Amino acid sequence: MTTDTQTLLKTTLILLQAIAPEVDVETLKLATPLRRQVDLDSMDWLNFLISLHKHFGVNIPESDYADLVSLNDVVNYLHAKLARP
Amino acid sequence: MSEFKLPSLGADMDEGTLLTWNIKPGDRVSRGQVVAVVDTTKAAIDVEIWRDGIVNELLVKVGEKIPVGTVMATLREVAETEAAKPVLPSTLTPPPVLVMPEHQKDIRRTIAAAMSRSKREIPHYYMSETIPMANAMDWLSGKNEKLLISERILSAVLLLKAVALALKRTPELNGFYRDDQFQASTAVHTGVAISLRNGGLAAPALHDVGDKSLAQLMPELSDLVKRARSGSLRSSEMSDSTITVTNLGEQSVASVFGVIYPPQVALVGFGSITPQATVIQGKVRVQPMLCASLAADHRVSDGHRGALFLAELRDILQDPKALANEDATAANQNRKCL
Repeated sequence: MTTDTQTLLKTTLILLQAIAPEVDVETLKLATPLRRQVDLDSMDWLNFLISLHKHFGVNIPESDYADLVSLNDVVNYLHAKLARP
Repeated sequence: MSEFKLPSLGADMDEGTLLTWNIKPGDRVSRGQVVAVVDTTKAAIDVEIWRDGIVNELLVKVGEKIPVGTVMATLREVAETEAAKPVLPSTLTPPPVLVMPEHQKDIRRTIAAAMSRSKREIPHYYMSETIPMANAMDWLSGKNEKLLISERILSAVLLLKAVALALKRTPELNGFYRDDQFQASTAVHTGVAISLRNGGLAAPALHDVGDKSLAQLMPELSDLVKRARSGSLRSSEMSDSTITVTNLGEQSVASVFGVIYPPQVALVGFGSITPQATVIQGKVRVQPMLCASLAADHRVSDGHRGALFLAELRDILQDPKALANEDATAANQNRKCL
Protein backbone atom coordinates (compact mmCIF):
# COMPACT_ATOMS: atom_id res chain seq x y z
CA MET A 1 0.00 0.00 0.00
CA THR A 2 1.20 3.48 -0.82
CA THR A 3 0.99 6.35 1.66
CA ASP A 4 -2.02 7.55 -0.26
CA THR A 5 -3.98 4.37 0.22
CA GLN A 6 -2.79 4.14 3.83
CA THR A 7 -4.45 7.50 4.52
CA LEU A 8 -7.61 6.38 2.72
CA LEU A 9 -7.67 3.20 4.82
CA LYS A 10 -7.28 5.14 8.04
CA THR A 11 -10.22 7.41 7.24
CA THR A 12 -12.32 4.48 6.03
CA LEU A 13 -11.75 2.68 9.33
CA ILE A 14 -12.80 5.76 11.32
CA LEU A 15 -16.03 5.96 9.31
CA LEU A 16 -16.57 2.22 9.79
CA GLN A 17 -16.09 2.51 13.53
CA ALA A 18 -18.88 5.10 13.67
CA ILE A 19 -21.24 2.46 12.22
CA ALA A 20 -19.92 -0.46 14.28
CA PRO A 21 -18.48 1.01 17.49
CA GLU A 22 -17.85 -2.38 19.11
CA VAL A 23 -15.34 -3.45 16.44
CA ASP A 24 -11.60 -3.31 17.03
CA VAL A 25 -10.69 -2.03 13.58
CA GLU A 26 -6.98 -2.78 14.10
CA THR A 27 -7.74 -6.50 13.95
CA LEU A 28 -9.68 -6.43 10.66
CA LYS A 29 -8.26 -8.42 7.76
CA LEU A 30 -7.88 -6.34 4.62
CA ALA A 31 -8.65 -9.06 2.09
CA THR A 32 -11.59 -10.77 3.85
CA PRO A 33 -15.21 -9.86 3.00
CA LEU A 34 -15.97 -6.89 5.22
CA ARG A 35 -19.69 -7.38 5.85
CA ARG A 36 -19.19 -10.80 7.36
CA GLN A 37 -16.19 -9.72 9.44
CA VAL A 38 -18.01 -6.79 10.95
CA ASP A 39 -21.62 -8.07 10.88
CA LEU A 40 -23.06 -5.22 8.86
CA ASP A 41 -26.66 -5.57 7.72
CA SER A 42 -27.88 -3.84 4.56
CA MET A 43 -28.84 -0.74 6.54
CA ASP A 44 -25.36 -0.52 8.14
CA TRP A 45 -23.73 -1.11 4.77
CA LEU A 46 -25.77 1.65 3.12
CA ASN A 47 -24.95 4.02 5.99
CA PHE A 48 -21.25 3.17 5.63
CA LEU A 49 -21.36 3.95 1.89
CA ILE A 50 -23.29 7.17 2.58
CA SER A 51 -20.56 8.27 5.00
CA LEU A 52 -17.85 7.44 2.41
CA HIS A 53 -19.82 9.44 -0.16
CA LYS A 54 -20.17 12.40 2.19
CA HIS A 55 -16.56 12.36 3.31
CA PHE A 56 -14.80 11.80 -0.02
CA GLY A 57 -17.44 13.29 -2.30
CA VAL A 58 -17.41 10.23 -4.56
CA ASN A 59 -20.53 8.95 -6.23
CA ILE A 60 -21.08 5.24 -5.53
CA PRO A 61 -23.76 3.83 -7.87
CA GLU A 62 -25.59 0.72 -6.69
CA SER A 63 -24.15 -1.22 -9.62
CA ASP A 64 -20.68 -0.83 -8.03
CA TYR A 65 -21.70 -2.41 -4.70
CA ALA A 66 -20.72 -5.86 -5.96
CA ASP A 67 -17.10 -4.69 -6.41
CA LEU A 68 -16.86 -3.52 -2.81
CA VAL A 69 -16.30 -6.69 -0.83
CA SER A 70 -13.13 -6.34 1.26
CA LEU A 71 -11.47 -3.32 2.86
CA ASN A 72 -8.83 -3.52 0.11
CA ASP A 73 -11.60 -3.29 -2.50
CA VAL A 74 -13.09 -0.23 -0.79
CA VAL A 75 -9.74 1.56 -0.53
CA ASN A 76 -8.75 0.75 -4.12
CA TYR A 77 -12.17 1.85 -5.36
CA LEU A 78 -11.89 5.18 -3.54
CA HIS A 79 -8.32 5.61 -4.79
CA ALA A 80 -9.36 5.07 -8.40
CA LYS A 81 -12.41 7.33 -8.10
CA LEU A 82 -10.43 10.14 -6.48
CA ALA A 83 -7.69 9.89 -9.13
CA ARG A 84 -10.23 10.20 -11.97
CA PRO A 85 -13.25 12.06 -10.65
CA MET B 1 -58.51 12.25 38.33
CA SER B 2 -56.94 9.44 36.35
CA GLU B 3 -53.96 7.17 36.77
CA PHE B 4 -50.98 6.86 34.47
CA LYS B 5 -49.56 3.35 34.56
CA LEU B 6 -46.29 1.98 33.23
CA PRO B 7 -47.41 0.63 29.84
CA SER B 8 -46.40 -2.74 28.45
CA LEU B 9 -42.92 -2.51 26.96
CA GLY B 10 -43.27 -5.56 24.76
CA ALA B 11 -43.92 -9.24 25.35
CA ASP B 12 -40.56 -9.88 26.93
CA MET B 13 -40.57 -6.98 29.37
CA ASP B 14 -42.47 -7.04 32.64
CA GLU B 15 -40.59 -4.46 34.71
CA GLY B 16 -38.42 -1.40 34.34
CA THR B 17 -36.33 1.05 36.36
CA LEU B 18 -37.31 4.72 36.21
CA LEU B 19 -34.34 6.74 34.94
CA THR B 20 -35.86 10.20 34.61
CA TRP B 21 -39.11 12.09 34.76
CA ASN B 22 -39.57 14.67 31.98
CA ILE B 23 -42.58 16.18 33.77
CA LYS B 24 -43.45 17.65 37.16
CA PRO B 25 -46.69 18.28 39.04
CA GLY B 26 -48.75 21.01 37.38
CA ASP B 27 -47.43 20.32 33.86
CA ARG B 28 -49.93 20.02 31.05
CA VAL B 29 -49.32 16.82 29.07
CA SER B 30 -50.73 15.70 25.78
CA ARG B 31 -51.28 12.28 24.30
CA GLY B 32 -48.11 10.78 22.81
CA GLN B 33 -45.75 13.02 24.80
CA VAL B 34 -42.64 11.33 26.22
CA VAL B 35 -43.02 11.80 29.97
CA ALA B 36 -40.41 9.44 31.41
CA VAL B 37 -37.46 7.24 30.51
CA VAL B 38 -37.44 3.70 31.85
CA ASP B 39 -34.54 1.27 31.68
CA THR B 40 -35.29 -2.35 30.80
CA THR B 41 -32.80 -5.17 30.43
CA LYS B 42 -32.56 -4.33 26.73
CA ALA B 43 -32.58 -0.58 26.43
CA ALA B 44 -33.76 2.72 27.79
CA ILE B 45 -37.33 3.30 26.63
CA ASP B 46 -39.05 6.67 26.19
CA VAL B 47 -42.41 6.22 27.88
CA GLU B 48 -45.30 8.06 26.23
CA ILE B 49 -48.48 9.14 27.95
CA TRP B 50 -51.78 8.00 26.44
CA ARG B 51 -54.15 10.83 27.35
CA ASP B 52 -54.20 14.57 27.81
CA GLY B 53 -54.24 16.01 31.30
CA ILE B 54 -52.45 17.93 34.01
CA VAL B 55 -49.90 16.18 36.18
CA ASN B 56 -51.19 15.94 39.73
CA GLU B 57 -48.59 13.83 41.49
CA LEU B 58 -45.59 11.71 40.59
CA LEU B 59 -45.75 8.44 42.52
CA VAL B 60 -42.51 6.74 41.46
CA LYS B 61 -39.02 7.92 42.34
CA VAL B 62 -36.06 7.92 39.96
CA GLY B 63 -34.11 4.68 40.45
CA GLU B 64 -37.16 2.67 41.54
CA LYS B 65 -37.77 -0.68 39.83
CA ILE B 66 -41.46 -1.16 39.03
CA PRO B 67 -43.55 -3.83 37.29
CA VAL B 68 -45.61 -3.06 34.17
CA GLY B 69 -49.02 -1.70 35.23
CA THR B 70 -47.69 0.24 38.26
CA VAL B 71 -49.40 3.61 38.72
CA MET B 72 -46.60 6.10 38.00
CA ALA B 73 -48.52 9.36 38.27
CA THR B 74 -51.98 10.79 38.72
CA LEU B 75 -53.50 13.22 36.23
CA ARG B 76 -56.21 15.86 36.54
CA GLU B 77 -58.61 16.59 33.70
CA VAL B 78 -57.84 19.67 31.67
CA ALA B 79 -60.51 22.17 32.75
CA GLU B 80 -62.45 23.72 29.89
CA THR B 81 -61.05 27.18 30.54
CA GLU B 82 -57.54 25.82 30.44
CA ALA B 83 -58.19 23.72 27.37
CA ALA B 84 -57.92 26.75 25.11
CA LYS B 85 -54.46 27.66 26.36
CA PRO B 86 -51.54 26.58 24.23
CA VAL B 87 -49.43 23.73 25.57
CA LEU B 88 -46.31 25.10 27.20
CA PRO B 89 -43.25 22.93 27.18
CA SER B 90 -42.18 21.69 30.58
CA THR B 91 -39.34 23.69 32.10
CA LEU B 92 -37.97 20.50 33.57
CA THR B 93 -36.59 18.55 30.66
CA PRO B 94 -33.36 16.87 31.68
CA PRO B 95 -31.75 14.96 28.84
CA PRO B 96 -32.67 11.29 29.06
CA VAL B 97 -29.90 9.30 30.66
CA LEU B 98 -28.98 6.34 28.54
CA VAL B 99 -27.98 3.26 30.45
CA MET B 100 -27.06 0.43 28.13
CA PRO B 101 -27.36 -2.79 30.10
CA GLU B 102 -24.10 -4.66 30.50
CA HIS B 103 -25.75 -7.83 31.65
CA GLN B 104 -25.93 -10.12 28.66
CA LYS B 105 -27.36 -12.85 30.87
CA ASP B 106 -30.41 -10.73 31.69
CA ILE B 107 -30.99 -10.08 28.00
CA ARG B 108 -30.83 -13.80 27.21
CA ARG B 109 -33.15 -14.51 30.13
CA THR B 110 -35.83 -12.01 29.04
CA ILE B 111 -35.74 -13.23 25.44
CA ALA B 112 -35.94 -16.83 26.63
CA ALA B 113 -38.92 -16.04 28.89
CA ALA B 114 -40.88 -14.40 26.08
CA MET B 115 -40.09 -17.09 23.54
CA SER B 116 -40.91 -19.90 26.01
CA ARG B 117 -44.24 -18.25 26.72
CA SER B 118 -44.90 -18.01 22.99
CA LYS B 119 -44.11 -21.68 22.40
CA ARG B 120 -46.18 -22.70 25.44
CA GLU B 121 -49.28 -20.68 24.56
CA ILE B 122 -49.32 -20.36 20.79
CA PRO B 123 -49.95 -23.42 18.62
CA HIS B 124 -47.61 -22.41 15.79
CA TYR B 125 -47.86 -23.66 12.24
CA TYR B 126 -45.24 -22.97 9.59
CA MET B 127 -45.03 -22.76 5.82
CA SER B 128 -42.83 -21.21 3.17
CA GLU B 129 -42.94 -20.06 -0.42
CA THR B 130 -40.12 -19.35 -2.85
CA ILE B 131 -40.73 -16.03 -4.54
CA PRO B 132 -39.19 -14.95 -7.87
CA MET B 133 -37.63 -11.53 -7.31
CA ALA B 134 -36.39 -10.60 -10.80
CA ASN B 135 -39.14 -8.01 -11.42
CA ALA B 136 -38.88 -6.47 -7.99
CA MET B 137 -35.07 -6.24 -7.97
CA ASP B 138 -34.90 -4.85 -11.54
CA TRP B 139 -37.52 -2.27 -10.71
CA LEU B 140 -35.75 -1.30 -7.49
CA SER B 141 -32.33 -0.95 -9.17
CA GLY B 142 -33.94 1.21 -11.86
CA LYS B 143 -35.47 3.40 -9.19
CA ASN B 144 -32.30 3.61 -7.09
CA GLU B 145 -30.17 4.46 -10.12
CA LYS B 146 -31.93 7.82 -10.30
CA LEU B 147 -31.69 8.51 -6.58
CA LEU B 148 -28.93 10.04 -4.49
CA ILE B 149 -27.19 7.47 -2.31
CA SER B 150 -28.81 8.96 0.78
CA GLU B 151 -32.29 8.41 -0.73
CA ARG B 152 -31.83 4.87 -2.03
CA ILE B 153 -34.36 2.31 -0.94
CA LEU B 154 -33.36 -1.06 0.49
CA SER B 155 -35.10 -4.23 -0.66
CA ALA B 156 -36.05 -4.76 3.01
CA VAL B 157 -38.39 -1.75 2.75
CA LEU B 158 -40.04 -3.18 -0.38
CA LEU B 159 -40.62 -6.44 1.51
CA LEU B 160 -42.12 -4.67 4.54
CA LYS B 161 -44.51 -2.78 2.30
CA ALA B 162 -45.46 -5.92 0.36
CA VAL B 163 -46.26 -7.74 3.62
CA ALA B 164 -48.52 -4.89 4.75
CA LEU B 165 -50.40 -4.94 1.43
CA ALA B 166 -50.74 -8.73 1.41
CA LEU B 167 -52.27 -8.63 4.90
CA LYS B 168 -55.33 -6.82 3.51
CA ARG B 169 -56.46 -10.16 2.12
CA THR B 170 -55.83 -12.13 5.32
CA PRO B 171 -56.60 -9.81 8.24
CA GLU B 172 -56.56 -12.77 10.65
CA LEU B 173 -52.76 -12.65 10.57
CA ASN B 174 -52.59 -9.02 11.73
CA GLY B 175 -53.60 -8.06 15.27
CA PHE B 176 -53.59 -9.28 18.85
CA TYR B 177 -54.75 -12.38 20.68
CA ARG B 178 -55.87 -11.33 24.16
CA ASP B 179 -58.27 -12.75 26.74
CA ASP B 180 -59.02 -15.79 24.60
CA GLN B 181 -60.02 -13.83 21.56
CA PHE B 182 -58.51 -12.31 18.47
CA GLN B 183 -58.76 -8.65 17.64
CA ALA B 184 -57.82 -7.83 14.06
CA SER B 185 -56.05 -4.51 13.50
CA THR B 186 -56.90 -2.28 10.54
CA ALA B 187 -53.51 -0.58 10.72
CA VAL B 188 -50.37 -2.61 10.04
CA HIS B 189 -47.69 -1.81 12.61
CA THR B 190 -44.78 -4.01 11.62
CA GLY B 191 -42.36 -5.15 14.31
CA VAL B 192 -38.97 -5.19 12.64
CA ALA B 193 -36.47 -7.61 14.16
CA ILE B 194 -33.25 -5.63 14.71
CA SER B 195 -30.10 -7.22 16.10
CA LEU B 196 -28.57 -5.03 18.78
CA ARG B 197 -24.85 -4.49 18.62
CA ASN B 198 -24.41 -5.29 22.31
CA GLY B 199 -26.12 -8.64 21.82
CA GLY B 200 -29.78 -9.51 21.85
CA LEU B 201 -32.53 -8.26 19.65
CA ALA B 202 -35.45 -5.86 19.61
CA ALA B 203 -38.49 -5.80 17.35
CA PRO B 204 -39.85 -2.24 17.57
CA ALA B 205 -42.82 -1.21 15.45
CA LEU B 206 -42.71 0.68 12.19
CA HIS B 207 -46.15 2.31 12.24
CA ASP B 208 -48.84 2.28 9.52
CA VAL B 209 -46.64 0.55 6.95
CA GLY B 210 -49.56 -0.09 4.57
CA ASP B 211 -50.39 3.61 4.33
CA LYS B 212 -46.89 4.98 3.70
CA SER B 213 -44.85 5.26 0.53
CA LEU B 214 -41.46 3.56 0.13
CA ALA B 215 -39.85 7.00 0.21
CA GLN B 216 -41.47 7.62 3.60
CA LEU B 217 -40.71 4.18 5.01
CA MET B 218 -36.99 4.18 4.18
CA PRO B 219 -35.93 7.06 6.48
CA GLU B 220 -38.34 5.85 9.17
CA LEU B 221 -36.77 2.39 9.14
CA SER B 222 -33.30 3.90 9.18
CA ASP B 223 -34.26 6.02 12.19
CA LEU B 224 -35.86 3.04 13.97
CA VAL B 225 -32.70 0.92 13.57
CA LYS B 226 -30.55 3.80 14.80
CA ARG B 227 -32.74 4.38 17.86
CA ALA B 228 -33.06 0.66 18.66
CA ARG B 229 -29.29 0.45 18.79
CA SER B 230 -28.73 3.65 20.74
CA GLY B 231 -31.42 2.62 23.22
CA SER B 232 -34.00 5.35 22.66
CA LEU B 233 -37.16 3.58 21.56
CA ARG B 234 -40.62 4.80 22.50
CA SER B 235 -42.97 2.70 24.60
CA SER B 236 -45.59 2.55 21.82
CA GLU B 237 -42.97 1.13 19.46
CA MET B 238 -42.25 -1.61 21.99
CA SER B 239 -45.83 -2.72 22.46
CA ASP B 240 -48.11 -2.05 19.50
CA SER B 241 -46.68 -4.18 16.67
CA THR B 242 -49.48 -6.12 14.99
CA ILE B 243 -47.14 -8.55 13.17
CA THR B 244 -43.36 -9.09 13.09
CA VAL B 245 -41.01 -9.39 10.12
CA THR B 246 -37.54 -10.87 10.45
CA ASN B 247 -35.04 -10.51 7.69
CA LEU B 248 -32.24 -12.90 8.59
CA GLY B 249 -31.52 -13.26 4.90
CA GLU B 250 -29.19 -10.37 5.56
CA GLN B 251 -26.80 -12.91 7.07
CA SER B 252 -27.15 -15.04 3.93
CA VAL B 253 -29.28 -17.81 5.41
CA ALA B 254 -31.67 -19.42 2.92
CA SER B 255 -34.74 -19.25 5.15
CA VAL B 256 -35.89 -18.47 8.68
CA PHE B 257 -38.88 -19.78 10.65
CA GLY B 258 -39.62 -17.51 13.58
CA VAL B 259 -41.23 -17.62 16.99
CA ILE B 260 -44.33 -15.41 17.25
CA TYR B 261 -44.18 -12.46 19.68
CA PRO B 262 -47.28 -12.64 21.87
CA PRO B 263 -49.88 -11.12 21.74
CA GLN B 264 -49.27 -11.07 17.97
CA VAL B 265 -50.46 -13.99 15.87
CA ALA B 266 -48.00 -14.16 12.98
CA LEU B 267 -44.40 -13.66 12.00
CA VAL B 268 -43.00 -13.42 8.47
CA GLY B 269 -39.41 -14.48 7.84
CA PHE B 270 -37.29 -13.64 4.81
CA GLY B 271 -34.18 -15.50 3.72
CA SER B 272 -31.57 -14.01 1.42
CA ILE B 273 -32.29 -12.99 -2.15
CA THR B 274 -29.95 -15.15 -4.25
CA PRO B 275 -29.75 -16.16 -7.91
CA GLN B 276 -31.17 -19.64 -8.46
CA ALA B 277 -32.06 -21.81 -11.41
CA THR B 278 -35.82 -21.83 -11.87
CA VAL B 279 -38.04 -23.50 -14.45
CA ILE B 280 -40.33 -21.11 -16.30
CA GLN B 281 -42.58 -22.56 -19.02
CA GLY B 282 -40.33 -25.58 -19.34
CA LYS B 283 -37.14 -23.55 -19.63
CA VAL B 284 -34.42 -23.14 -17.05
CA ARG B 285 -33.73 -19.53 -16.16
CA VAL B 286 -31.46 -18.05 -13.49
CA GLN B 287 -33.09 -15.31 -11.47
CA PRO B 288 -32.99 -13.88 -7.94
CA MET B 289 -35.22 -15.89 -5.60
CA LEU B 290 -36.40 -15.31 -2.04
CA CYS B 291 -37.73 -17.77 0.52
CA ALA B 292 -40.57 -16.19 2.51
CA SER B 293 -41.87 -18.07 5.54
CA LEU B 294 -44.90 -17.65 7.73
CA ALA B 295 -45.27 -18.72 11.35
CA ALA B 296 -48.88 -18.23 12.44
CA ASP B 297 -51.21 -18.95 15.33
CA HIS B 298 -53.58 -21.91 14.86
CA ARG B 299 -56.04 -20.44 17.39
CA VAL B 300 -56.78 -17.72 14.83
CA SER B 301 -55.98 -19.01 11.35
CA ASP B 302 -55.14 -22.22 9.54
CA GLY B 303 -52.72 -23.31 6.88
CA HIS B 304 -55.12 -22.61 4.04
CA ARG B 305 -55.34 -18.91 4.95
CA GLY B 306 -51.61 -18.80 5.60
CA ALA B 307 -50.99 -20.16 2.11
CA LEU B 308 -53.30 -17.48 0.66
CA PHE B 309 -51.22 -14.82 2.38
CA LEU B 310 -47.94 -16.13 0.97
CA ALA B 311 -49.47 -16.41 -2.52
CA GLU B 312 -50.71 -12.82 -2.27
CA LEU B 313 -47.25 -11.69 -1.12
CA ARG B 314 -45.66 -13.46 -4.09
CA ASP B 315 -48.14 -11.84 -6.52
CA ILE B 316 -47.61 -8.36 -5.08
CA LEU B 317 -43.84 -8.71 -5.48
CA GLN B 318 -44.27 -9.70 -9.16
CA ASP B 319 -45.78 -6.30 -9.87
CA PRO B 320 -43.55 -3.69 -8.23
CA LYS B 321 -45.15 -0.96 -10.35
CA ALA B 322 -48.44 -1.63 -8.58
CA LEU B 323 -46.54 -1.17 -5.32
CA ALA B 324 -45.44 2.19 -6.68
CA ASN B 325 -49.01 3.03 -7.67
CA GLU B 326 -50.02 2.01 -4.20
CA ASP B 327 -47.44 4.62 -3.18
CA ALA B 328 -49.24 7.26 -5.19
CA THR B 329 -52.57 6.23 -3.66
CA ALA B 330 -51.10 6.39 -0.18
CA ALA B 331 -49.64 9.82 -0.92
CA ASN B 332 -53.04 11.03 -2.17
CA GLN B 333 -54.76 9.74 0.91
CA ASN B 334 -52.24 11.51 3.10
CA ARG B 335 -52.91 14.71 1.20
CA LYS B 336 -56.64 14.32 1.78
CA CYS B 337 -56.01 13.87 5.48
CA LEU B 338 -54.12 17.15 5.59
